[in-house]
Amino acid sequence: MSVPGTTAPAAAPHHGPPTSFLRKYVFSLDHKVIGKQYLGLALVAVFTGMVLSWLMRLHLAYPDLAIPGLGKLYPNGAPGGVMTPEYYLSIMTMHGTIMVFFVLTTAPFAGFGNFVLPIQIGAEDMAFPRFNMMSFWVTCLAFLVLVSAFFVPAGPPISGWTAYAPLSAVGKDAGPGQGTGQLLWAISIAIFCVGQLLGSLNFIATTLDLRTRGMTLARMPYATWAWFITSVIGLIAFSILLPACILLILDHVAGTSFFIPAGLVISDTLQPHTGGSPLLWQHLFWFFGHPEVYIAILPGFGIVSQILPAFARKPLLGPRVLIGSMIAIGFLSYMVWGHHMFLSGMNPFSATLFSVPTLIITIPATIITLLWIGTLYGGRLRFTTSMLFCIGFVSVFVSGGISGFFLAQPSIDVYLHGTYFVVGHFHFVMGVAAMFGIFAATYYWFPKMFGRMMNETLGKVHFALTFVGVYCIFMPMHYLGLHGDVRRYSAFTDEYMKGDIPLHRFITIAALFTGAVQLLFLYNLVRSRFRGAPAPDNPWQATTLEWTTSSPPPFDNFGGRHPVVTHGPNEYGMKGRDGDYIMQTSSEQLPAGG
Amino acid sequence: MSARALRATTPARTGVWVGIAAIVLMVAAFTGALIVRRAESDWIHFRLPPIIYVNTLVLLASSVTLERARAGLEAGTRWLTMTFGLGLLFVIGQVLAWRNLAAQGLFLATSPSSAFFYVLTAIHGLHLLGGVAALVYVLGRARRAQNVAGALDAAALYWHFLGVLWLYLLLLLTVQL
Repeated sequence: MSVPGTTAPAAAPHHGPPTSFLRKYVFSLDHKVIGKQYLGLALVAVFTGMVLSWLMRLHLAYPDLAIPGLGKLYPNGAPGGVMTPEYYLSIMTMHGTIMVFFVLTTAPFAGFGNFVLPIQIGAEDMAFPRFNMMSFWVTCLAFLVLVSAFFVPAGPPISGWTAYAPLSAVGKDAGPGQGTGQLLWAISIAIFCVGQLLGSLNFIATTLDLRTRGMTLARMPYATWAWFITSVIGLIAFSILLPACILLILDHVAGTSFFIPAGLVISDTLQPHTGGSPLLWQHLFWFFGHPEVYIAILPGFGIVSQILPAFARKPLLGPRVLIGSMIAIGFLSYMVWGHHMFLSGMNPFSATLFSVPTLIITIPATIITLLWIGTLYGGRLRFTTSMLFCIGFVSVFVSGGISGFFLAQPSIDVYLHGTYFVVGHFHFVMGVAAMFGIFAATYYWFPKMFGRMMNETLGKVHFALTFVGVYCIFMPMHYLGLHGDVRRYSAFTDEYMKGDIPLHRFITIAALFTGAVQLLFLYNLVRSRFRGAPAPDNPWQATTLEWTTSSPPPFDNFGGRHPVVTHGPNEYGMKGRDGDYIMQTSSEQLPAGG
Repeated sequence: MSARALRATTPARTGVWVGIAAIVLMVAAFTGALIVRRAESDWIHFRLPPIIYVNTLVLLASSVTLERARAGLEAGTRWLTMTFGLGLLFVIGQVLAWRNLAAQGLFLATSPSSAFFYVLTAIHGLHLLGGVAALVYVLGRARRAQNVAGALDAAALYWHFLGVLWLYLLLLLTVQL
């Protein structure tokens, strides 16, 4: 038996510090390096995805515009620089796939989770460092396979990020990019699933088995709770998407008929298939796809719940309610996938069955939002950039969530589902909100990651312009949708919709502007990395374990120490030795009634 | 015995359980797809190659030898080697089963029933090869006289699961509802 204070870690150190360059920076087993690698990949992916969105927006606003260079880059898809409708769809597919899988899944979950989670629970590393390394490199391979679709003759697939069958399954007869491009897409996503399954496995085993002495579940920081719940959701979701991708690949290359019905004629060619079910793909895909929304957003919930109290100098309101609500969201996220399929000819009774849990899931989400607002109320707020992005997160999440109430009703959704209303809705609630979570986390943990502070002035300008920018982009989309602008159209040039083009131009200008603002963020990242002021161990006077170690942490996170946890993560706004907070490892007793 | 060995769970054991959960879900997705597809008229009923039943016995026997190996590892690695051999024998038997089907003209794309047979057995076979690799790892440690209790424990859990999974697949592929 070990005595308190000299706890043995739950697992022996798996590996010593690396010595070679390759082991240190490339094939590293260190969770901190792997986390940064994931964030690096996400950064490359997010700028790729953003440039693609610019191309789409430019075409929507100026359908006849010849984009310089595009014609040379891709003569088939954009002859003379003006993109064909098919090429617009290719770009849309790649934008969605890159953003959902390689940004919204990798950055908040695999990236920050990898770096922060083991330190927050006082572990030296993840439970399976080798799987962890594999997880990143497999994900990286998946990204390369996906991007390679740009370089095959017919270009990337045109079937959207949801790759609905039979369009995605029949091969090149279905349109440009549906041959090799779509196959590369399916292979990429299958590989991606393997990478994320390895990641989820690691997160779960690490959280369950490697917590340091005193780190009970009740004392676990909220970000770690969120990553843990996310990893359980991810384990289920990617275990379902992987078989779906395998069946899709087989339909593509082996002539099977899982998703392709009999008697299908495409481009005057009878497809040699029998009896497959296109709806089967939709069911499998959305059984993954809806929880995927929560894989993207739950880490943001955790990050905001962690950061808000630190800058409100006040304990988070109802931490147990928060955790219970997050678990409820995770559970309910598997009961609502059919609400993506109201347009598939679903029986109205089934639609009601999916509509009710969709409305119920808004209850825990609303409770969490109220907890955040309640936490802010009466706090002594410190408006750091990180805090601003947290508040921004709450704002965009509420704005996007409210349109969700409308879409949850099948009768309204049938009208709105195919329009820009949905585009605005999910970009707010899943895209922008998750991005704000990523920004908040970056400004918050950058000092810990690199030992240097980020520039706060630049950060605040970045926040203000981004916040205004995203509202200018996505709010008008709701009106466009109500007015009948169909999503996935490459241009609105017919008589009825022509009148909407000025609004499309406004959105495009806002998108170009907001995108350009992100260069400010990139500059701040690079400059702070090399020229930023040196970061103290605990620059934000926060309570959790990562702030007890040096910035950046040593190879084994705590320099041979095994922290002993005596307090929860929520001890703000009280009298402690260091000020108005008590660290999780502090030996102080809680004041009476605290 | 150290305090660590007394813990109810180890990362290896948790890891295997989580892996099992992932495989179960994956098979559940395939099962769902199979049930949907079986309702269509192009589903052909065919008799499974008889060697499948021999394979089943081989796999069940391997679980028994693995338990013998766990009971008396001090007596040498004979039972463990035998488990490894039976595992390989099962994989060879599965390849023979595929060849038997192909000889009957039943290929991957012939019918959804043959497609599911190939896909499910291939997925199970791939996971079984992972189990074989785990046995090789344990054997290697045992040969070098290193402590194998934790690794063997995790490998055995995974191996028995693959046996149960196989019985489920056999039931799924033979029972006609």
